[in-house]
Amino acid sequence: MAWLKKLVGAAIVLGGAAAVAGWFLSAPVGLDAATVSQLAPGDAARGKRIFYAGGCTSCHSKPGAQGDARLELVGGLELKTPFGTFVPPNISQDAKDGIGAWSEEDFATAMLKGVSPSGENFYPAFPYTSYARMKLEDIADLYAFMKTLPAVAGKAPDHKLSFPFNIRRGIGLWKRLYLSPEPVIALPDGTPDKVLAGRYLVEGPGHCGECHTPRDLAGGVKKAEWLAGAVAAEGSGVVPNITSGEGGIKDWSEADIANYLETGFTPDFDSVGGAMVEVQKNMAQLTADDRAAIAAYLKAVPTHPNGYPARKPAD
Amino acid sequence: MRKLVIAISMLAFAGSAAYADPIKDRQALMKERGKLAGEISKMVKGETPFDGAAALDALKAMQANAEKFDVDTLFPAGSDKGDTTAAPKIWEDMAGFKAAEDKFLADTKAAVASPPADADALKAQLNTLGGDCGACHQTYRIKKS
Repeated sequence: MAWLKKLVGAAIVLGGAAAVAGWFLSAPVGLDAATVSQLAPGDAARGKRIFYAGGCTSCHSKPGAQGDARLELVGGLELKTPFGTFVPPNISQDAKDGIGAWSEEDFATAMLKGVSPSGENFYPAFPYTSYARMKLEDIADLYAFMKTLPAVAGKAPDHKLSFPFNIRRGIGLWKRLYLSPEPVIALPDGTPDKVLAGRYLVEGPGHCGECHTPRDLAGGVKKAEWLAGAVAAEGSGVVPNITSGEGGIKDWSEADIANYLETGFTPDFDSVGGAMVEVQKNMAQLTADDRAAIAAYLKAVPTHPNGYPARKPAD
Repeated sequence: MRKLVIAISMLAFAGSAAYADPIKDRQALMKERGKLAGEISKMVKGETPFDGAAALDALKAMQANAEKFDVDTLFPAGSDKGDTTAAPKIWEDMAGFKAAEDKFLADTKAAVASPPADADALKAQLNTLGGDCGACHQTYRIKKS
């Protein structure tokens, strides 16, 4: 029976090694020193554009907020997903309940690395997998703009997640697979600046791919089906294909896309609906150049057929 | 004579019950709204010259459309099934749905009551009406594949 003892011993050693490795691999990783050294004070006026490009208010204002109340980032919306219910937190300037006490470095670490000031992993319902592609100066400008927004007291309820998704540490492993600052779509040399600007807005702050791209079983975005549309991760129904593939927006001109983002009307004068209503309100706040850049990029991305199953026969 | 009246009205009732298709009816009204918004938008964007009379006609047609949009008739119980993108939320929150529709009707009336003097005034009206479209579609419509 000596062999059995050895086997059990080996299994324990291996299991222990895996646990130790897992512990290190899942550790939250913050910003490196070189990045931190480049942080400089931002400009609030410029940050306003980034705030609307990022759509912060769509998830972080009180559900149903209109007008100026959309700038009160008190949190509390419930995002019901297959992993459980995520509740966007208070990110107002309240020092206790919000992020009023955060330094610029804290904020940049959250946006680019998905790590909180106390060193915990954020869940990627907070779309830092997109924000990781943002320029440091835009993060600084956004930080400066958010400093001008009101402090609102009140903690949002905690997320309601089931095992194993309730273990934050595990997100560290997930990040190793899915968190990257690299662009999703490689564009050749000589690509027009307008398309590059659009890529930055869509893939970075705009985080369009988070809803418009199907996800794999682990909840990571399938980059091979980028923007192909998806079964809605939250709620029911589908999120449309916004490539020019079958079922997508082939018939839309760049002007049509820009007009939709500004006014909420499709080329055949249907209107924006669902979660996109809040997004479109934000897009309407951007400049005409920014909307045109987004449109140019969307017409330049690889085409895909719909990233969701075809409709079943009417029931 | 009385029997005849009853017979005719019964026939008419049976006919309407057999042929009424609330899903098609409400979709037709929605399509017409879109078409009218398109006409107005062309003037707002300067694709066609601003024409105050034509703009007012389109707004009046929008109001008439909203008045025809009888929620009880168009969204009977059970009409969430079939070829429709109406969200179940309509029947869970009928009061909220009706309020959204009432706001649209009120905004069309307000627009007709102050005919737009120029493209900018029309643009403001279209923004309000378009906002109503979005506000309702945000909650009460589901995009399906």
